[in-house]
Amino acid sequence: MSKQKGIAVEGTVVEALPNAMFRVELENKHVILAHVSGKMRMHFIRILPGDRVAVELSPYDLTRGRITYRYK
Amino acid sequence: MIAIRSQPELDLIRRSGEIIVECFSKLGEVLRPGVETREIDRLTEEYILSRGAAPAFKGYQGYPASVCVSVNEQVVHGIPGARRLVEGDIVGVDIGVVRDGYYSDAARTYAIGEVSEKARRLVEVTRAALDLGIEQVRVGNHLSDVSHAIQRHAESNGFSVVRTLVGHGIGREMHEDPQIPNFGLPGRGPVLAHGMVLAIEPMVNEGVAEVLTLKDKWTFVTVDGKLSAHFEDTVAVTNDGPVIMTR
Repeated sequence: MSKQKGIAVEGTVVEALPNAMFRVELENKHVILAHVSGKMRMHFIRILPGDRVAVELSPYDLTRGRITYRYK
Repeated sequence: MIAIRSQPELDLIRRSGEIIVECFSKLGEVLRPGVETREIDRLTEEYILSRGAAPAFKGYQGYPASVCVSVNEQVVHGIPGARRLVEGDIVGVDIGVVRDGYYSDAARTYAIGEVSEKARRLVEVTRAALDLGIEQVRVGNHLSDVSHAIQRHAESNGFSVVRTLVGHGIGREMHEDPQIPNFGLPGRGPVLAHGMVLAIEPMVNEGVAEVLTLKDKWTFVTVDGKLSAHFEDTVAVTNDGPVIMTR
């Protein structure tokens, strides 16, 4: 049985939380909790409420994800 | 962290894999036009239990059956049911076994009766892609050397490889580190070492690489409705080269 990689979707940041966590509203109106990918933290890319972001959902818990890109 | 197995552990995985080999040899006669896919599930489950082992898929993340049966445009994780196989189908059967705490996992794609030339070639290329991937399972090679060999063979024959599903390490759990994509540049990722055990599984599509999940939350199908084939083996990395646990 094959393993599923993360699923990529887009959303809008609605709230910044402590520890580089964000609440993100996805295009399907679901609101999930997402952390920032290590690479984005390394390059210190600021994320503010209202930003459009790409999120990779965990296949095991669809209420959590990882922000992999901030659109300009 | 990729687990390193001792020789006794490798022997246990081998004994687990033997049961899958026996299942496939029994299925050869069963897979004919008219048979319902749930019959494949029933026979396999009965056989695995009769050998004192357990089907690894049943109940895994809520999966309702003991095998995955994926017909034609279904890529993987098809749930067996009342669908009857018909002449010309290609059908992927994926089996997982846990015996004495050790897992093995393998898949084959069968042609039902006479199939189209394209279908036959897809199945053949996918089978060969797996073999070419396994050839790269050598101490000192990088993991992506396996991925690259699979991708190159599939794409040079005009097919595409599925990217959202990957192979995996296996042993005490069905899914362990590492993830094994079926694409990538060579020379990347972890270096293979004696005692690692990998479930390598090319999923090759006739048309585009993209797949989607059906409403049952399990079955993956090609977005363009074209055919897909799947082969998988559980392979140990050893100082003497690859050892296939499921053949």
